[in-house]
Amino acid sequence: MKNHILPAVKLTVLAILLFAVIYPLVVWSMALFAPNNGNGEIIVHKGRKYYSNIGQSFTEDKYFWSRPSAVAYNAAGSGGSNKGPSNAEYLKEVQARIDTFQVHNPAISKAEIPVDLVTASGSGLDPHISVAAAKVQVKRISAVRNIDVAGLERLIADHTEKPLAGLFGPEKINVLKLNIALDKMSEK
Amino acid sequence: MNTELFGIIVVFLGTIVLALPFGKYIAKVYGGEKTLLDPILNPIEKVCYKISGINPAKEMNWKEHMVAMLTINLVWFLLGMLLLMTQQWLPLNPDGNPNMSPDLAFNTTISFVVNCNLQHYSGETGVSYLAQLWLMFLQFVSAGTGLAAAAVLFKAFKAKTTAQLGNFYNFLLKSCTRILLPLSIIVALVLAFNGTPMTFQGKDQVTSLQGDTMQVSRGPAAGFIAIKHLGTNGGGFFGANSAHPFENPNYGTNMLELSAQLIVPLAMIFAFGYFIRRKKLSLMIFGVMTVGFLLLAIPNINMEMNGNPAIAAMGIDNTSGAMEGKEVRFGAAVSGFWSIVTTVISTGSVNAMHDSTMPLSGMNELLAMMVNAFYGGCGVGLLNFFIFIILAVFISGLMVGRTPEFMGKKIEAKEMKIAMIIALLHPFLILAGTALATAFPAQGAATLNNPGFHGFSEILYEYTSSAANNGSGFEGLGDNNLWCNITTGFVLILGRFLPIIGPVAIAGLLAEKQYIPESNGTLKTDTGTFGLMVFAVIVIIAALAFFPALTLGPIAEYFSM
Repeated sequence: MKNHILPAVKLTVLAILLFAVIYPLVVWSMALFAPNNGNGEIIVHKGRKYYSNIGQSFTEDKYFWSRPSAVAYNAAGSGGSNKGPSNAEYLKEVQARIDTFQVHNPAISKAEIPVDLVTASGSGLDPHISVAAAKVQVKRISAVRNIDVAGLERLIADHTEKPLAGLFGPEKINVLKLNIALDKMSEK
Repeated sequence: MNTELFGIIVVFLGTIVLALPFGKYIAKVYGGEKTLLDPILNPIEKVCYKISGINPAKEMNWKEHMVAMLTINLVWFLLGMLLLMTQQWLPLNPDGNPNMSPDLAFNTTISFVVNCNLQHYSGETGVSYLAQLWLMFLQFVSAGTGLAAAAVLFKAFKAKTTAQLGNFYNFLLKSCTRILLPLSIIVALVLAFNGTPMTFQGKDQVTSLQGDTMQVSRGPAAGFIAIKHLGTNGGGFFGANSAHPFENPNYGTNMLELSAQLIVPLAMIFAFGYFIRRKKLSLMIFGVMTVGFLLLAIPNINMEMNGNPAIAAMGIDNTSGAMEGKEVRFGAAVSGFWSIVTTVISTGSVNAMHDSTMPLSGMNELLAMMVNAFYGGCGVGLLNFFIFIILAVFISGLMVGRTPEFMGKKIEAKEMKIAMIIALLHPFLILAGTALATAFPAQGAATLNNPGFHGFSEILYEYTSSAANNGSGFEGLGDNNLWCNITTGFVLILGRFLPIIGPVAIAGLLAEKQYIPESNGTLKTDTGTFGLMVFAVIVIIAALAFFPALTLGPIAEYFSM
């Protein structure tokens, strides 16, 4: 073992140089050419900047709601609820979310409420909702904002992100982008 | 829904197709043949050897290999402890994250040194950027250690009779520079251009559209996430791991990360065949592993797509599946698939919270880690599988009344003893750890996030993940406490080094034996029949050892719903 210590220490120092200094610097310098210089994609609206990939909490009736979050959409941290599927307390919480949704959306029957709107995401920062989850909120927003239902449905169709290359993965809607477009639509 | 399944099929088949030429490349790297990157890497490696005083041509026997491996791992451990316990005072800490407590630093360092990445901290608040870079370094070299150990196995079966099994440092460095580094750069850049941050700036403060103030954690994540998958490490840069929209921004990156964690373990199977010129043996290993993998993955995809029956009973639209703990951009199907990819391989990264998956999905995730040899981690998957091969050879030998032989070498008492100890060590570590934690409610029951059977599964998962060096978790468990940090720390050490030393020792002992040419009496080990035998051995060992524990956890939960 003795005659291995010195080579091991020296090789470690050199490997740190290769993999923890040179490698990240190479990636970092090339990422400067990535969107927003590798600081995460942002969109700017009315002088404010938003991270398009980081979901936001939308709870007001005039906006499309985002999903429940275990970290209240504070991206200083991240995480899911980690509740097991049979946990009785957790199931009560889901039932409460369904009830709340029905109070705010009296025109919607229970069977129309999609599951992603009443369950928390893995990251707590999910920027998306399903297409069904957007459609089910149209009547409420139409009433609050005085916009016709057809216009809102067009807005949803315009903001539906298709599967990758039309082939892989689910359809989805970025809630932040949808709500920014909604605000713009109201201003007109 | 079909686009979700189609994505899975393309990722899986596509990665297998890529793994074939990559396996050939790996075989060339370990054989010291000419490869594409020689002009760049030869001089770099030469300088490293020169300064370190290493002669890469000096061959070692299996014992010297293991001494070299343990020595350099000890160096990494000591450095890691020092760094994590002083990170607050060191540079590159824009968020001002505090020093780790000694027990947490112990657990974290061990877990990254052994390629597990069990994280009892959250990336955003628990480590500085300097510590993240250090952990990233460990992600390279711990994967390299596993690959180097597998390369010793390759060497042992190439020559007819030899004690000279190559140079450990040479295998280690080449695994990192030639196998992991080039792919990492590619994957990291694709991630960065898809919106994963690669910056040294700290948290950003923004005001949401609704007017709430929120902070956004960032960091040099793209480089970290690339090697975390390619090296089958799995430790997340952020707390939510690959469910975090920065770590895994879209469905395309999700496909890339799946492929990245599959490719090296798959390629190693083929590399073995190319290296020892027995492609049929590779095919047998690949076949058994793939059957085992699919038997776990397909039910999980199905169960997650069907969703939680308790939520369906509330009368809402449950067509998206079990969405608790899952992201809309991935969907339930690929999250179910990922949950098995990450557990059969020792990655342990997650794109959905395993704690919230269906009871029997959780059981399959546990089983994947309990077997730990369907593909398995970088290099070590093959070593684990080798143990099962040795057991199967011995049992088949007894059944047909022939001397057990593998690749022209007699398997005798000494090899069998080692194989048995290693095969029994895994269930011992898992079950003893779980039993101890369960026996003391202050250490077990008090830390749970869920009551009842599921709570027991949380403890079982923690020790299974540690022993399998996986690193994923039923993360509801409050695992950052003295008891859990120390016990899992020791499980991690034993679960890593003994299953490396054991198979390498067997291979080394066999390599030194006299070669017996194949005859009519030789048991063929590259056939479907023998593959079936290996599969049976795996099922019997896993089922008999773990069935009672699984009954108390996920199976009981399933029947109670």
